[in-house]
Amino acid sequence: MESKAHISIQNLNIYYGKDHALKDINVEIPKKKITVIIGPSGCGKSTLLKSFNRLLDSVDNVKITGKVLVDGEDIYDPKAEVTHIRKKMGLLSQKPYPLPMSIYDNIAYGPRIHEERNKKKIDKIVEHFLRTASLWDEVKDKLHSPASQLSVGQQQRLCLARGLAVGPEIILGDEPTSALDPRSSQNIEARFQELKQQYTIVVVTHILRQAKRLADYVLFLYGGRLIEYGPAHEVLENPKEAMTKEYIQGVIS
Amino acid sequence: MVQGGVIITMHKHAIEENVFRVLMIASTLLILSVLLLILGTIVIKGLPYLSWSMITQAPKSGYYLGKDGGILNSILGSLYLTGGATIMALMVSLPVTLYLNVYAKKKSRLVYMTRFAFDVMWGIPSIVYGAFGFTLMLFFGLKASLLAGMITVAFLILPVMTRSMDEVIRMVPPPLLEASYALGATRFETAFKVVVRQVMPGISTAVLIAFGRGIGDAASLIFTAGFTDSIPTSLLQPVATLPLTIFFQLTFDHP
Amino acid sequence: MIKNRTPFPGRRLFADRFSEKILHGVVIVSGLILILITFALYYRSRPVLALQSFPSLLLSQGWHPSRGEFGFLPFIAGTLWVTGVAMVIAMPICLLTSIYLVEYSSKTLREWINPFIDILAGIPSVVYGIWGLLIIVPFIKGYLAPLFGISSSGYCVLAGGMVLAVMVVPVVIHISMEVLKTVPNELRDASMSLGATKWQTVKHVVMRRAMPGIVAAMVLGLSRAFGETIAVLMVVGNLARVPKSVFDPGYPLPALIANNYGEMLSIPLYDSALLFAALLLLLVVLYFNIVSRMILSGTRWSHYYYA
Repeated sequence: MESKAHISIQNLNIYYGKDHALKDINVEIPKKKITVIIGPSGCGKSTLLKSFNRLLDSVDNVKITGKVLVDGEDIYDPKAEVTHIRKKMGLLSQKPYPLPMSIYDNIAYGPRIHEERNKKKIDKIVEHFLRTASLWDEVKDKLHSPASQLSVGQQQRLCLARGLAVGPEIILGDEPTSALDPRSSQNIEARFQELKQQYTIVVVTHILRQAKRLADYVLFLYGGRLIEYGPAHEVLENPKEAMTKEYIQGVIS
Repeated sequence: MVQGGVIITMHKHAIEENVFRVLMIASTLLILSVLLLILGTIVIKGLPYLSWSMITQAPKSGYYLGKDGGILNSILGSLYLTGGATIMALMVSLPVTLYLNVYAKKKSRLVYMTRFAFDVMWGIPSIVYGAFGFTLMLFFGLKASLLAGMITVAFLILPVMTRSMDEVIRMVPPPLLEASYALGATRFETAFKVVVRQVMPGISTAVLIAFGRGIGDAASLIFTAGFTDSIPTSLLQPVATLPLTIFFQLTFDHP
Repeated sequence: MIKNRTPFPGRRLFADRFSEKILHGVVIVSGLILILITFALYYRSRPVLALQSFPSLLLSQGWHPSRGEFGFLPFIAGTLWVTGVAMVIAMPICLLTSIYLVEYSSKTLREWINPFIDILAGIPSVVYGIWGLLIIVPFIKGYLAPLFGISSSGYCVLAGGMVLAVMVVPVVIHISMEVLKTVPNELRDASMSLGATKWQTVKHVVMRRAMPGIVAAMVLGLSRAFGETIAVLMVVGNLARVPKSVFDPGYPLPALIANNYGEMLSIPLYDSALLFAALLLLLVVLYFNIVSRMILSGTRWSHYYYA
């Protein structure tokens, strides 16, 4: 692992009430690479991802122990400013959830929240990130119509642009293509390949082929435990653990 | 963004957030304290006057001036009237909900319109039901009586009962219906033998909710029930109910 | 079920068909009750409508039933005043409380408070009326009115409005909470993961999405306030004059109907005028209800975002 760790997880345990969802996770996620989290449904993939930007805080009855260090700072430190942590990361959820406002306002929402008032600057930000998400040409004539009028695939790219507009360093994707048609999925994957030049990307997926296409590193979870972690070609082609092998061969799922 | 600016604006956000949080907690507490105040007022002012004779005797002359007697007539009147109204309403709402959920096609226009109509009827004020009951009395040549009151309250509680029952029967899992059909049962048998038995507790709850709404209401009965100090012995005699008694004693000096 | 395999399958099928016809009939008749009520009230209010035109009934001030003058303006004004006061008091409280309970409070607290709100909704209006008589009226007479340098008997528009506000609260909170719960959590997550605070998320995203439903909840509350009779009647003073301030007595429409049940058959056209008042009330409430139910069924079923 030659590159520097961007997110470093130490002894992370998460409980939902009595349910022990994540057990003793220790892992370092490298900078400016795509790390893919795979595993069967219910194994804790999404929980792990959401623990990175403290979205679990608002869930009732959740208990978290251990540390998640981002750039060396523990985000679960009581003194940590939660909005700043979240600003560092853009999140793409399973289904796109555009905010109930226009296309333009969706992108401008983040910068405005963070006190950007200059209209020209916001215009520029909106255009720039819509281009980054390769959505500009499709929406430039209807920037002020409701975001809900876009197709699902366009909405997901809008959500990507919206996340990038607050200037994050990390992009989190929680099965970001699961609601999309094949062509839109391909579009999102292509964006990820471009974006990893500048961003650290962590993607949860249950599609093995997608993992193969995207991953620099692969992280395999099963039953809340970290089973195997390493460079993609090693984990996917030459797994050390029997369980990983069985999962990849489709024996367990 | 200038560093200093960020700190100041963070403050502004935090102030706004905290102001609203305090307002929200304050209004929640306000609502709770008003509730306690209401219950407290009733208990503290009412409890000392509760006596055995109050609930076992009808009012004797001058009772409301502090002499002997009780309010047995209104207690029984309330029970008779609301009980009768509940049975009347049940005779309409049970068939209606069974039809909506078992017989009719799930997404048909009739089903949608009926639910909508009952929702809207739910919102009609009870004084309007009272006025409607009065027009019925004029039409049928009926006097203000137990029967007229029952019919009026039946109309009043019909929407509550139907919609609460409907919500329960809607929850019956479709596989249960399918299983019944698969055994060769008709819709009639499925509705009245399988569904009714399955949702009996829910039906009872709906009936109780409706009964509760009916027994507390006074506005619909002002025209229709009449008022009397004696316990009614036939459907055509006037009747007193608890809310009516309270209302008349508190708003008119002494009738 | 074997027992049911009768040698007369025809009879069972007949029961099925026959019951369907009957039930269908019951459903249609019950749905027509609404129209029946409207028609009955209209039919009975025709005599007074023949005497005076609709606008003159609504806009004239004189109320002298024995002289055949029926001007509803004082009562309409009374209704609007009382309802308005109630809404001004209740709406901010309802909004703040329902947001607090859905967005901020823990689930345990919410589960504790819900039954209290249900109890509040279940208290009969007579009891609210007594409470108004015992607490609100003396409070206004003794403290609130002197505070503004006004002498008031306490039986006034403000007393009616305050009692009504308390009665409307459970209805509006209940529906608003249901509406807020329909806002998907992912939308909150999306806003928060952009670095918005909880309050920013509530203000810009949740409220925006829930607005039509919350408006509908308030309209339903409004229509409840419009028709409430007994509790208001007991505290509002019942003087047939257009109120000039919240400390003046008022005389809302429902109170008018309820208060004159005794005399109405002895004066010609009086019953017709009162039933016209009921018709008026019905039409306003129907309008409010139909509009808000349409909005609510929209929020519940459609997956479109309100932009």
